[in-house]
Amino acid sequence: MLRDRFLLKLLVRKEIRVRYRGSVLGLMWSYLKPLLQFAVYFVALGIFLNLRGSTPNYAIYLFSGIVLINFFTEALGNATRSIVENRDLIRKIYLPRELFPVAAVWVSAVHFFPQLVVLMGACLVVGWVPSAPQIAALVIAFLLVAVLATGLGLLFGAANVYFRDSENIVDMILMIVTWASPVLYVWSMVEDVLGRWFFLYQLNPMTVAVELFHWAFWYPTLTDVELAAAPLPPDLLTLWTPIALALTVLIMFLGQITFRRLSANFAQEL
Amino acid sequence: MEGMVDDPAIICDGVQKQFVLRHTRSLKEALVWIVKGRKGDLSRKFDALQDVSFTVNRGETVALLGLNGSGKSTLLKLISGVLQPDTGSLLTKGRIAGLIEVGAGFHHDLSGRDNVYLNGAILGMPERKIDQMFDSIVDFAEIGEFIDTEVKFYSSGMYLRLAFSIAVHTDPEIFLVDEILAVGDEPFQRKCLAKIKELAAAGKTLLVVSHDLDLVSTVCERGILLEHGKLITDGPVEDVVSELRRRSRADD
Repeated sequence: MLRDRFLLKLLVRKEIRVRYRGSVLGLMWSYLKPLLQFAVYFVALGIFLNLRGSTPNYAIYLFSGIVLINFFTEALGNATRSIVENRDLIRKIYLPRELFPVAAVWVSAVHFFPQLVVLMGACLVVGWVPSAPQIAALVIAFLLVAVLATGLGLLFGAANVYFRDSENIVDMILMIVTWASPVLYVWSMVEDVLGRWFFLYQLNPMTVAVELFHWAFWYPTLTDVELAAAPLPPDLLTLWTPIALALTVLIMFLGQITFRRLSANFAQEL
Repeated sequence: MEGMVDDPAIICDGVQKQFVLRHTRSLKEALVWIVKGRKGDLSRKFDALQDVSFTVNRGETVALLGLNGSGKSTLLKLISGVLQPDTGSLLTKGRIAGLIEVGAGFHHDLSGRDNVYLNGAILGMPERKIDQMFDSIVDFAEIGEFIDTEVKFYSSGMYLRLAFSIAVHTDPEIFLVDEILAVGDEPFQRKCLAKIKELAAAGKTLLVVSHDLDLVSTVCERGILLEHGKLITDGPVEDVVSELRRRSRADD
């Protein structure tokens, strides 16, 4: 286990070094890309479609969702490709193969933290004073996303060895996920449309994670009047957060079992 | 071989390995095949190893011999754990280091130093041990000042020397060597050979695959001959080497 931690650390470091080799801006790219993405959404949705008129502090609302979704998309995308990309190693040397998807998620976490710092800075400017439960929610949301990405990454990463279609399926999931959770719009719009089927939307762990992030970052920046007009989704903390935790742990468990079973034949299938 | 009979390092018992040569990598074709009632075969199969059994005791030096495609490399990969046998069992005792295609764990864009750490960790060395061994690894490899250069700029000799050096410094109990001695210049070959003999003298278990029969005879005591995935003979290396020579002449 100790050996694996050391190896994991080196694999994460390798990935980060290799990714930014020969680039002048280096890790700066992991700030620039989300900022540009944020700007595009803010102009298109916030200004053109005027969501910022109906949603106070829309910039904070938008950015807190985007950084979390970015973490998920990068983590899952990289984890899915990690096994096939490291095929040279897997074919020739025995080492715990789980390390590759797990390292991919860690690399994404390394990219996520600077964005989180930017987000916190922006929140502090507009008077962010979170409560202790809100800080806890932040941590839980991060864990939810990390565990979910690891579980799905193990599953699709292993499947990708056998069928390269897996990458495309994941790309589609990643395309949908930004829209299937309340990142760009507010959750009540979905409730209006789905009615009693709204629970399906809440079953999505990413919805829960994003809403927890909103609660941690966006809510503390609102005035009392604004808060009254923007309630949390029903039963978010009492019911849906535990359900999301249970679901992600289950997915992680399934991912690991599948990975274990399929990994025995990785070397010959790659 | 006397006196170590009861101390097995590798037990290979009735090992079979079949390879599936799959032609398709797409879900669509697989689904069509299932829908059509699994008619025909999506794949071709061949037996890489058939019912191979032997035991290697600790401290033995064994040469795996055979022509190309006889299953030697598959057997090494099974022993190293990269592949799993279909049936039969393969037990190993002690840490294994493989020189199976050396430098597999190298990343071209990292410096020699980073690669020593990465490759050392991949081969199972803890951080402290690599720190301790670092200078010795670089010395043995004769890399010197180039250690902080990216390995893509290394000559193939330097690359190989560094990889070999890391592998021998992992201090494994079982050492798998696949065709490494074919590369590198004469002085380094001699150095490698000396190191391998030193490992053997220190009581390490050695499994060597090589087509250089003379060389193998000087390093190993025992030989195992494989042909088309079957174990043909197992005995003193001279006998097995002459058997292989006889068989390859008979083929011509």
